[in-house]
Amino acid sequence: MSARVTRSTRASRVGTVVAALALLVLAAAPWWAGRADMRLMGEIYLYLSLACLWNLMAGYAGLVSVGQQAFVGFGGYMLFALTIFGGLHPIAAILAAGLLAAMLSVPIATLIFRLKGAYFAIGTWVIAEVFRLSFAQIQALGGGSGSSLPVGVVKSLAASRSGREALSYWLALGAAVIVILSVYLFLRSRRGLALTAIRDSEVAASGLGIDIWRTKLEVYVVTSAFTAVIGGLIFSQKLRISPDAAFSVNDWTAFVIFIVVIGGIGTLEGPIIGTLVFFALRETLADFGTIYLMVLGLVAIVVMLKAPKGIWGLVRDRFDLELFPLSYRVRKRD
Amino acid sequence: MSAILSISGLRKSFDAVVVADDTTFDVRNGEALGILGPNGAGKTSLFNLITGALKPDAGRIAFAGEDITGFSAAARCKHGIARSFQIPQPFGGMTVFENALVGATQGAGMHGAEAEEHALDVLQQTGLMPKANLRAGALSLLERKRLELARALAARPRLLLLDEIAGGLTDAECVELIDTIKRIHASGTTIIWIEHVLHALLAVVERVIVIDFGKQIAEGDPNTIMELPEVKEIYLGIDADA
Repeated sequence: MSARVTRSTRASRVGTVVAALALLVLAAAPWWAGRADMRLMGEIYLYLSLACLWNLMAGYAGLVSVGQQAFVGFGGYMLFALTIFGGLHPIAAILAAGLLAAMLSVPIATLIFRLKGAYFAIGTWVIAEVFRLSFAQIQALGGGSGSSLPVGVVKSLAASRSGREALSYWLALGAAVIVILSVYLFLRSRRGLALTAIRDSEVAASGLGIDIWRTKLEVYVVTSAFTAVIGGLIFSQKLRISPDAAFSVNDWTAFVIFIVVIGGIGTLEGPIIGTLVFFALRETLADFGTIYLMVLGLVAIVVMLKAPKGIWGLVRDRFDLELFPLSYRVRKRD
Repeated sequence: MSAILSISGLRKSFDAVVVADDTTFDVRNGEALGILGPNGAGKTSLFNLITGALKPDAGRIAFAGEDITGFSAAARCKHGIARSFQIPQPFGGMTVFENALVGATQGAGMHGAEAEEHALDVLQQTGLMPKANLRAGALSLLERKRLELARALAARPRLLLLDEIAGGLTDAECVELIDTIKRIHASGTTIIWIEHVLHALLAVVERVIVIDFGKQIAEGDPNTIMELPEVKEIYLGIDADA
């Protein structure tokens, strides 16, 4: 008997075409969408990126961090610092923030990787609090009350307001596409296969020649760098930063965990579905105040009890679907 | 023939429980060695020490002439030591084929089509080809045990450690398994096998070491060993249903 190995499925080929068309329509939003809609879509793209990154780190590498707001806030603050004091163009500052975050994440990793499980999670939170308290001490950036992005810096993005809004929108869309594509290509590679093995059993993975510590470090460094870039983009839209907003565990970690868990942790499709569900809930319940948060909590509890693999986990188990062709399929050759 | 694995003065204990007490033995290149002993004697711990899942308190492990005592589990696999787990540890979210592919790409360091061919080959050898596209989490216990063997083989080991892979098999399946292991052995792979199913073990191995409380209590040719009173005592009742 002879067999051949393929990776794409009909669902994934259809998915690629649909995704490409959707991307074209979304890229043209400045010509068809209103200002408020574009701002909302921009926010969706940035949350989608944060969710994909957190999913790679927690869902695949098993690094359940509740402290990624450290890097969101760091990216935001670096945008302000590098443009105001360094005179960098905002986009250059955001990219530089990513590089600096990568360098910073290495010593942090050597510290917190000694902690396991729940202790690791708490350790990441402590680190994020240290970040918040440290940035609150920097008087040049407004200390505890924060500061605004100077008009000159804002104007350097684009002269007109509509130009800036279109640019912000495209940057957010571009970031989400780059994040999803990078995560996808990484998971498809040899190294990605190793990471997926770690997701399922660390003891078996190390017995089969996979260096767990190094793989996790790489994932942590790369996700931290990307997270800082997303943070820079978030605060380039907000135009104002303060320690509490920049290092908010609610905004940048709790919501992101909600998205990943209800969508389906440890799958590429999960964060995308979770983001759509999260924003659908938020937009419909926005007028009800605190009830909105209570409903989110309820949804999270129900999903965790009834469908621990999330919405995508249910769909995948039932229909054997895969939108991103990661799996290998063995087919008999006739 | 020269020793491929050389263990000397190996000690390991968890508080008061001694799992390796001055363990010392060599395994010749190409040999098939059986390890016997009652439950809790330290057999699996010995495997954990050889593969690097556990660090010894004292002693030295050399593989192919190189001191590997300080090597990580991953490095030891890359040097040619692979194992099956007594309690199967499948990559449950990946397909059976992908499980084997992990062994081929990460353990044996193969690339692309070569790795895929090799993964298909070990699935063929272990009878898992019909299940290739199934998620490993959906396999039965017996299939999981086969997957343990397939994945270890995919890493293309020079030394293969088998931890109770015959338990629970039907007679026909057991005969098939013995054939598979004999074939692997005949291809030049050194084998150390922990097994309670004695007739399966004795059909393959050339030498047996008996351990209890981490101590080596007997060693030698399988037929002689099985006649020893202390070994009979251990296996009375276990051999009856095997």
